[in-house]
Amino acid sequence: MSISVTLRHRFPAIRMDIAFEVASPGVTVLFGPSGSGKSTIINAAAGLLRPDIGVIEIDGRVLADTRSGVWLPPERRRAGMVFQDSRLFPHMSVATNLRFGMRRVAPGAIHFDDVVSLLGIGALLDRRPHTLSGGERQRVAIGRALLAQPHLLLMDEPLASLDAARKAEILPYLTRLKTALKLPILYVTHAMDEAAQLADSMVLLDAGQVVAFGPVSEVASRADLALARRDDAGAVVICAVVENDVGRTLTRLQGGGATFWVPLLDLPVGAGCRIRVPAREVILASRPPDAISLHNIVPGIVRRIAEDSVRRSVVVEIGLPEGGLLSRVTPDAVVRLGLSPGSPVLALIKSTSIEVL
Amino acid sequence: MVAARAVGFGLPVAILMAWVLTRYRFVGRPVLNALVHLPMVLPPVVTGWLLLILFGVRGPIGILLHDWFGIRLVFTTAGATLACAVMTFPIMVRSVRLSLEAVDGGLEQAARTLGAGWFDRLINITLPLASPGILVGAIVAYATCLGEFGAVITFAASIPGQTQTLPLAIYAALQVPGGEAKAAELSMVSLTLALAGLLLSEWIGRRLNTVLGR
Repeated sequence: MSISVTLRHRFPAIRMDIAFEVASPGVTVLFGPSGSGKSTIINAAAGLLRPDIGVIEIDGRVLADTRSGVWLPPERRRAGMVFQDSRLFPHMSVATNLRFGMRRVAPGAIHFDDVVSLLGIGALLDRRPHTLSGGERQRVAIGRALLAQPHLLLMDEPLASLDAARKAEILPYLTRLKTALKLPILYVTHAMDEAAQLADSMVLLDAGQVVAFGPVSEVASRADLALARRDDAGAVVICAVVENDVGRTLTRLQGGGATFWVPLLDLPVGAGCRIRVPAREVILASRPPDAISLHNIVPGIVRRIAEDSVRRSVVVEIGLPEGGLLSRVTPDAVVRLGLSPGSPVLALIKSTSIEVL
Repeated sequence: MVAARAVGFGLPVAILMAWVLTRYRFVGRPVLNALVHLPMVLPPVVTGWLLLILFGVRGPIGILLHDWFGIRLVFTTAGATLACAVMTFPIMVRSVRLSLEAVDGGLEQAARTLGAGWFDRLINITLPLASPGILVGAIVAYATCLGEFGAVITFAASIPGQTQTLPLAIYAALQVPGGEAKAAELSMVSLTLALAGLLLSEWIGRRLNTVLGR
């Protein structure tokens, strides 16, 4: 199953020309600076904005195909939408808000009590929207969209208006939601941490064009994209727990065709998890060092070397059997190690530098 | 009585008109807008006279009403109601329109993505959110109706117990020697009703806004 989107639209300031196809179900993060066209895509998917040309297909269901005159109105798309500003109905209680979409469709697989407990909003049901905090409001908005039994969930920067603490409060709910529901989700954000934590696929956008799209483990580890030149650049690797070494308080993970040691996790063997390896934490070596505190010496092949003139550094993309890693080093290091695309290299990563998401 | 009926009949039409004027851009929109507001700027006597021309026994609409439904508007209570409704129509349209414009379009979009069609949205989202303005408009219109003079006397005359509104009665009382006492009494009634109307609208507006969380 897949999500496929083709859009062409001319705004006064920008011309949009978008085409991508990603896997479904799963979270597809639309990532890019403001004004890059992320919200346009999501509004077109919801049916709230009609582009000049638009073909939108979700799991084989055509929501829009302007070339043959198909344009389902929003109320018939079964596309649940979570807006940045939550948009709860102020004249209704939380419970009535939650049931708004639910009462307008046939009963489906998503039940009221499950959603309420999944999002932890049981205590809020009798409250009015204006008495809720920003984080609570967004959770109710997510619940309201889910209870309309959507075939597609659209989230337009749902956490952008929240401070870091509130964001940290909601992200776990979103992660849970993602695994509990087998839904295609389009998720707009310009925050790297949200993308790294939630994305299965990523679509990178800039100035109305698609820069790259594909599985997050591929897109986030490409040195040739602007993403790699951010301060918080880093590869995402989808892993599984192989061993919990309680004696050494270490957990061994397998992912991307490589092995990673991280401080002991609270996960059973076989459980899935994802890690983010920040580019600035990865050291390169051509020979394995000895007598070193480091746990992770990951062999790979240099795939690309991209210059970052602003920071007077280079970003090296290290290919693993599946996916890859990024390393930010000085140009001098590249010369001293004699690195060029195709040369074997060792990535040295402290186990404590690996972020387990 | 006349005032209540005038508001009762006028309000749904006013809501519809306000809805059309806020939501749609069409060729005749400025003209329609001007027509709606005409009774507010026209001398009431002129409005009454125009009604007489249109709805009179020999007027184009009056003939139709009389022939098809046997309804006669001129010099009847129904006529007084019509005159009142027309006079207060601009007040209602204005206040309904302002409150419709104040309703956040984003909420209606949200309702759409949740499967609500246009009528569903109007009933469950737009009108409840605009209700403070609508109610305040209705109450002010009601109070204005109570004081309507010119258009009513022109179109429906001043028949005691039938088409005689409060100000008409006061005026009539003042024409009669020794009628000052009665006029004063009626004026007090008028004052009380008007004041009560204004206070009520203020209070309802505030209450509804609290409920809506503003």
